[in-house]
Formats: sequence, structure tokens, C-alpha cells
Amino acid sequence: MIVDKLQQLGQHSIAKIQGMGRATLMLFGALIAWPTPRKSFPLLLKQLYVVGVLSLLIILVSGLFIGMVLALQGYTVLSKFGAEQMLGPLVALSLLRELGPVVTALLFAGRAGSALTAEIGLMKATEQLSGMEMMAVDPLRRIIAPRFWAGVISMPLLALIFTAVGILGGHLVGVDWLGVDGGGYWSAMQANVDFQQDILNGVIKSVVFALIVTWIALHKGFDAVPTSEGISQATTQTVVTSSLAVLGFDFILTAVMFGG
Amino acid sequence: MSDILVDIQHLTFKRGDRVIYDDMSMQFQRGKVTAIMGPSGIGKTTLLRLIGGQLKPEQGKILVDGQNIPQLSRKDLYKARQKMGMLFQSGAMFSEMSVYDNVAFPIREHTRLPEDIIRLMVLMKLEAVGLRGARDLMPAELSGGMARRAALARAIALDPQFIMYDEPFAGQDPISMGVIVRLIRSLNNALGLTSVVVSHDVNEVMSIADYVYVVAERKVIGQGTPDELRAHPSALVQQFLQGQSDGPVPFHFKAANYSTELMELAK
Repeated sequence: MIVDKLQQLGQHSIAKIQGMGRATLMLFGALIAWPTPRKSFPLLLKQLYVVGVLSLLIILVSGLFIGMVLALQGYTVLSKFGAEQMLGPLVALSLLRELGPVVTALLFAGRAGSALTAEIGLMKATEQLSGMEMMAVDPLRRIIAPRFWAGVISMPLLALIFTAVGILGGHLVGVDWLGVDGGGYWSAMQANVDFQQDILNGVIKSVVFALIVTWIALHKGFDAVPTSEGISQATTQTVVTSSLAVLGFDFILTAVMFGG
Repeated sequence: MSDILVDIQHLTFKRGDRVIYDDMSMQFQRGKVTAIMGPSGIGKTTLLRLIGGQLKPEQGKILVDGQNIPQLSRKDLYKARQKMGMLFQSGAMFSEMSVYDNVAFPIREHTRLPEDIIRLMVLMKLEAVGLRGARDLMPAELSGGMARRAALARAIALDPQFIMYDEPFAGQDPISMGVIVRLIRSLNNALGLTSVVVSHDVNEVMSIADYVYVVAERKVIGQGTPDELRAHPSALVQQFLQGQSDGPVPFHFKAANYSTELMELAK
């Protein structure tokens, strides 16, 4: 009985490690080649549109609401201590350090990550990837690489847009609705937000999340069992695994950046 | 120049513990249509993937124009593939591109020809398969037979040396079946191709093939011209060619004795 359980655990661990190995090989194969600007640039541009621009709406709306909620909640607590003028830094720091990168990554995993997995999984199921290989075109370079770079470039930008819109949302609720002083909102923010400590660290976080989410999404699609059930499972796994990975890595990065 | 374009020598291939091919050898002659027939599930598509270098055999050589495919470096393998065309069972058209762009895809990827020359080449290939008028359609708008013909135009876009057809007749109505049969033969003759057709549609294959291999039970069980095969002494070959439901390949999947099993249930 115990031996069986141990055996299962061992098999499961080996399968996981093999999966990680395949994911690493896939990424290595996609990124090893020197890109040819004539072919690679139009492909990258198209993916930046699909992965980045099409995610803009969900990022803008979510950013706005999260900024508004932050201001509302923050005001309730701060006003008890007569510290309403610190609303600006509260909203900005929460968004720059945590919510911007993390929520953007979670939304990105749901919106763009799942779409990437389903697209590549379906290309595999309909033999498009094999067909490409037989036409002497490497699918890792033609399909995976531009999508990977598009994710890595667009997510930090989306996180910055999310944060900016969130700060505006905070202003909308805090200043325009609840009556906090507008000048104080901005000046306290300017005085308390440090470029390297807060903005740069937030950008670093979102670059790390972009690498993780895009990599997981592409690998799950590329490794999917080429059936309708396999693709649906792979899509779910992309959202679940990348969301958990983002939250886990967020803790590690926060501990390293702000812990001491 | 040798008469044999593809020479498979002592090929052994396994999937996990299951042996798919055991010490199998076959040769495809230059300029001929060679067919590989056999029951479903014996790995006919696998054989094409082995020839295309997408899978590696456990043992044996796969020589294509003198080059041993499994031992080629990645770069050389990709170079060798430019001389091969493959028609997948599903067609494998790129769903986000029009028929025109699908056919232009390999030309754009492998050459730096100006667009007007590419246009000329694409229209010639589409004309050959009778789909010049369908160039602006998307793959989702094509019928199964048309999708396969469009994929065929794409497979011959770079004038390959030889072309592999994976179940080209499966799921086709009699008219598109006739069209594809005609196309395989006429393209083979007109372009000087060497063709390999993997199929289990006996009548169609026998009508166009110059030479046929029947594969079953992990090896070649019969080979020859269509006429030679019709007179083949093997009962298994005859069962396959005539489509008999019972014979050396039993109707029943291997199971325990029927009456014993029923009696056990009754107890």
C-alpha cells in the first residue's frame, strides 16, 4: 500500500520534471535562433496587437475600478486618523508595488494566456505545426518565439497602464467625489513614491510575471494532448498554473525587494 | 543517379514497449507512384513521419536521395525537407491565412522572390489543382476535398523531389476521390515527382500505383505491382485486398472463450 503510494508519487514527480524539461527545451529552441528582422518583425507586430492591444480594454476597466475601490477603502481608514492627504501615496504604492503587476498578470493569464494555449493546441491538433515542420519551417521559431516576445514586451506596459489608470480612478473617487485636496493627492504621491524602490521594482515584477505566464501558456499549448479534451485541459491548466505561479513568485519577489 | 530515391533498410521503430516496425525494408523508385497499404493502426502515418525525420527509429537506415535522414543534423534535415512535400490527412491548412497565402507560405519562407513572381507561382500551382478561383477563400470555407487539393498545391509549391500522401482518399466523396486519384497520377508524371501514397483504399491505390507494399504485423507481408499482388499467395494479403471480414486477421478482438465467460456470469 505505502509502496504503491510512493511509486505513484515518484511517477508523478518524474512526469512533472519531464514536463519542465520539455518546457525548457521548447523555450531554448524558440529563442536560440538569431531573428531575421524582415520576417520576424511583422510576426512580432501582429502578436503584440493580438496579445497586448486586445488586452487593453480589460486592463483599463479593471485598473480604473481597482483604483476607485482602493481610494474608497483607503479614505475610510485614513479619515479616522485625519490622514486623508496620504490617500495619493496609498493608492500609488499599492498599485505600483503589488496590484499593478499582480492583477495585470492574473488578467493577462485569463485573457491572453488561455487564448495562446488554445490557439497553439488547436494548431497542433489540426497538424498545422507538423505541416510547418515538414515544410522545413521551425514552428518554435515561427509560432512560439514571436508570441513569447509579444507577451514579455506587452505585459509590463499593460501593468504600467493599469497602474496609471488606477491612480486616476483613485483621484476620481478620492478628490472628485470624497473631497480630498487635489494638490495634496499629487504632491504627497510625488514625495512618497521612489523611482527605483517602487516604480522600477514594480516593472521588474511584471517582467518576471510576463516571462512566467507567457512561457506556461505557450508550453501548455505546445504540449497539449491533441484532442478537444486535451486542449480544454491545457487551457484550464494555463490559467490555474500561471495564476498560482504569479502569486508564489510575487511573495518571493516582495520578500527580496521590500522584505529587509 | 540511382533508380531508388528512398531506401528504407532494416527499420525498427517502437512506441514505448509496442513494436511498430520490426526489421522492415522497402524501396521507392524514382519517378514512380509507390503505395503502402495495410489495415488501420499499423503505423502507416508513422512511416511517413519517419521518412520526414519527425520521428527517429530505434534501428535501421532511412536513405532519401543517399542521405540517412535519422542521422542528419537539424540544419541538414531542414534542408532535406525542402525537397519533400507532404499532404496530411487533414490537409493541415493554416487556418488564419487565405488559400493564396497558404500556398505562398513555403515560397515566402524559403526564397526572397519578389511578390509578382510568387503570385505567378502560386497561381500556377492552384491552376494545377483546379482551385485558381478559390484563392481568396479561407480554409474554413473549403469542402474537405477542396482543402486537400489546396494543401496539395501548397505541398508542390517549391517543386519538391518527392511527395508523401497520408490517406489522401479518406472521407472523400466519389467525385473528389476521382479528382485526387487523377491529380496524384498526373502531377507525378507532369512534374517528374516520386510519390508515396499511404492508404487503405484498395481500389483507388491499385489503380494509380506502380508498386505496392502491403504492411501488417510490423513488417511487409506482400509487395509487387498491382497485378502481382492480386495473384499473391498470402491469405492475409488476399483478405486485405478483398476486404473479407474474417480470416488471418480475426473478426473478434482477442478475448477469453465466449461460452466459458457466459457460464461464469450465469454462476
